[in-house]
Amino acid sequence: MSETKVENGKITEYMGKRVFDFMRWRKPAAAISIILLLASIAALAMNGLKFGLDFTGGTQIEVGYEQAPRIEDVRQQLAGAGYEGASVVRFGSDTEILIKLPPSVAEAQTQISARDEQATQSIGDKVVAVLDQASAGDVTLRRVEMVGPQIGEELRDDGGLGMLFALVVVMAYVALRFQYKFSIGAVAALAHDVIIVLGFFALLKLDFDLTVLAAVLAVIGYSLNDTIVVADRIRENFRKVRKAEPEEIINISISQTLGRTFMTSFTTLLVLWALQFFGGELIHNFSLALIVGVVVGTYSSVYVAANVLMAMHITKEDLMPPVKEGSELEEMP
Amino acid sequence: MNRYPLWKYLLILAVVGLGFLYAAPNLYKPDPAVQISGQSSAMVVGENVLDKARKALDEAGIEYFGGEVGDKAILLRLKSIEEQLPAKRAIQQALGHSDYVVALNLASTTPEWLSNLGASPMKLGLDLAGGVHFLMEVDTNTIVRTNMDGYLQDVKAKLRAAKARYRSVDLVDDREIVARFRDEELRDLGMSTMRKEFPQLQLVEAGSGSNLEIRASLAEQEIKQLEDYAVTQNLTTLRNRVNELGVAEPIVQRQGANRIVVELPGVQDTAEAKRIIGKTANLEYRMEARPDALVTNKEYFEYRNEQQRQLRGGAWLERKVIIKGDRVTDARVGYDESGFPQVNITLDSRGGELMHRATWKNVGRSMGTLFIESRFVPETTTDAEGNEVVVQRRTDDKKIISLATVQSALGRQFRITGLDSPAEAQELALLLRAGALAAPMYFVEERVIGPSLGADNIKVGVTSVQIGLLAVLVCMLLFYRVFGLAANIALAVNLILLVAVMSILGATLTLPGIAGIVLTVGMAVDANVLIFSRIREELRNGMPPQSAISAGFDNAFSTIVDANITTLIVAVILYAIGSGPVQGFAVTLSIGILTSMFSAIMGTRALINLFYGGRRVQKLWI
Repeated sequence: MSETKVENGKITEYMGKRVFDFMRWRKPAAAISIILLLASIAALAMNGLKFGLDFTGGTQIEVGYEQAPRIEDVRQQLAGAGYEGASVVRFGSDTEILIKLPPSVAEAQTQISARDEQATQSIGDKVVAVLDQASAGDVTLRRVEMVGPQIGEELRDDGGLGMLFALVVVMAYVALRFQYKFSIGAVAALAHDVIIVLGFFALLKLDFDLTVLAAVLAVIGYSLNDTIVVADRIRENFRKVRKAEPEEIINISISQTLGRTFMTSFTTLLVLWALQFFGGELIHNFSLALIVGVVVGTYSSVYVAANVLMAMHITKEDLMPPVKEGSELEEMP
Repeated sequence: MNRYPLWKYLLILAVVGLGFLYAAPNLYKPDPAVQISGQSSAMVVGENVLDKARKALDEAGIEYFGGEVGDKAILLRLKSIEEQLPAKRAIQQALGHSDYVVALNLASTTPEWLSNLGASPMKLGLDLAGGVHFLMEVDTNTIVRTNMDGYLQDVKAKLRAAKARYRSVDLVDDREIVARFRDEELRDLGMSTMRKEFPQLQLVEAGSGSNLEIRASLAEQEIKQLEDYAVTQNLTTLRNRVNELGVAEPIVQRQGANRIVVELPGVQDTAEAKRIIGKTANLEYRMEARPDALVTNKEYFEYRNEQQRQLRGGAWLERKVIIKGDRVTDARVGYDESGFPQVNITLDSRGGELMHRATWKNVGRSMGTLFIESRFVPETTTDAEGNEVVVQRRTDDKKIISLATVQSALGRQFRITGLDSPAEAQELALLLRAGALAAPMYFVEERVIGPSLGADNIKVGVTSVQIGLLAVLVCMLLFYRVFGLAANIALAVNLILLVAVMSILGATLTLPGIAGIVLTVGMAVDANVLIFSRIREELRNGMPPQSAISAGFDNAFSTIVDANITTLIVAVILYAIGSGPVQGFAVTLSIGILTSMFSAIMGTRALINLFYGGRRVQKLWI
């Protein structure tokens, strides 16, 4: 059985499997990636991320009722008056309620932006007025105070540095196991995916809370996983397939792993769709970030990592197991 | 071909069995309960109290079961968590507030033989089940006072050096240093010295006649900064204490200027929670005082250890503090050449500098490590208007834990020796690692809080997770048939192992956490997908079934390992550098990678080998 089928000077079938000419579209794909990246960066620069209650802290309001209210009702009354995203819990007894409001919501609804005690107090008064009107019993304001963020500032400070360090170590590992051109490809794909997910959140002004942060971290894992699987096959084929251009080898490799790429993305997306459609408010943004991440990650494992390899002129020699030195060197002109 | 040796099957069975065992407690939902205990430990709560409580619940129409009289408390289990608060109120009313404390609790229903193995269920997060809410106040006065104390010593030294003879230099109201002089000339000299040496202090002249004063205090801005530092530092320390691994999902946030809110999931036994967060301890390093030192410059401390106290009593240390525990960045237990426990300490750069400066010219003298425990006793006093106010009065307990000779100039890294036992070293290291509190704090308020998610929200969340999981299973089965079935069984095993490890680590389950676990499952099929598509490929290339299975597993192996190790590297770095929830994510991700590699590679292979191995196979159902 012949290994390859060639049409118009290009390999169209390899080992009985159709080979798609992915790399033919590599330039338009690069253009799309760059446009998406620029748009994401622009969105991040202009809108910034809308950090949630976890990151920003906010206003904490303690109220007392004459008669125990239903928590669901309180939530609905608040949402009805425009206080979206408020956290409402029973506090100590069933007539006491603790409400936490993100600053953006508090500001938008009460037109009070100054972060001093007086402003905080009047935010509390307004919220109590809403609840008092909605319920039959008397609602009294027990206490209102500013609360700081749930996660430390050190997370933000160290986070960036940590990510850089992680990238460097991943690059080193990939360079060691594969070749440095692969490590640049892998990190480029990773950065591509994360920036686009962040850009998506900035563009649509969606709440960026701890669950979304976790989703972004999961996207990192997913993107790396996907890229390495494709890279692994490219390496294998560079060593195995004779008489083929690097472009063709990359095409063969991507075609061979395509089934797996789609299957994994599909099962992951199945879970995410379920969370997105049936999961309710809390995991909505979590699943949304991941859906964007998985789609972009699947695309980038085909077009970003491989594209970088092409751009850096990857050759067979780059991936051949190291041969005895000396004898090789002498033959070189 | 394709047969595993018996020991491999046994190993897999053993791991899966252990997984089942440690995941099992999660099947036993704890009962909502009310706990009744006496106001003081001397009070006995017996059958008669239980009867009263039962009657109160009957009257309020609240369903309950299984009243147990324990050592110190009565536990009454309730049918629904919604009725916990009404039940508490009804019982408290019936029993009165003065003699009994009624608290909410969650009664474990895990069978005893499981708990004896150390297996316990995961806690439910604040979003699913609520928890306890503590409000703590940081005693910011202390940090200002210790700061001024430091200035006091320096001011005295500088004034003496400048020959500005003072009558006295004291700290007044913890916030102001007052230096008294006999005449104008000396005071002017003192004034110019202090202006030069302490530009950060605000200086005011006061007094008259032969009692001339310089009053020195910190600027309002400076005090604010100090207080801010103390609160932030305590916040970080508390975060580390309640969430060492990052999987406990607490909320620790600042409230107002000098208060800290700690919300812990699940722990409804507040006494237990207080023990964890309330340990207000600090450390100080001081040189041992020279025998000829003035009494005003030295202090006497007892040894903390009983034996040493009886043997040597205590020791005189200098008043000057070299560094405090907040400068410690790492502390690990180690052993010296002769096997005695020690604690290896790493300081931050400023701490290292201070330590070096203090020790390089003091080689041969002894340095003491002081352990400081603060206790707050509420005290009722009446204010100017005759109202009763509760004041938290603080008492500090300072004891020496080690006094050792300085062998050479110390830098950022040194060790504490002279510890009695490995256990003591362990405790000290843990305390130092979690960070010391910059200022002591006390509990202002504690409340039990309800779940932050509504029952409806929880329901849809759980449903969506089930749908997602089911979709993946069906999809795998349709796509890979017999192999898909094997992969699904491996997935189930993966899920059980993941839950088991998380339970052992004491992780808390939140709704996003559950979503994350299911997501791991969605991604964990990747390893199997890789293997199966490789087997299909080999079959297409004309390989016989048995060799295709073997080649598929072997060829996919290096890909799986490469991909997973790269992700694992990221997880490890995230854990090392991140904090709180990021660390928690890294832990879950790492466990997920390891369990999924085990179940997808070894588990699936074992099942396939059992089904197809060692016989003639014409066609694979893949």
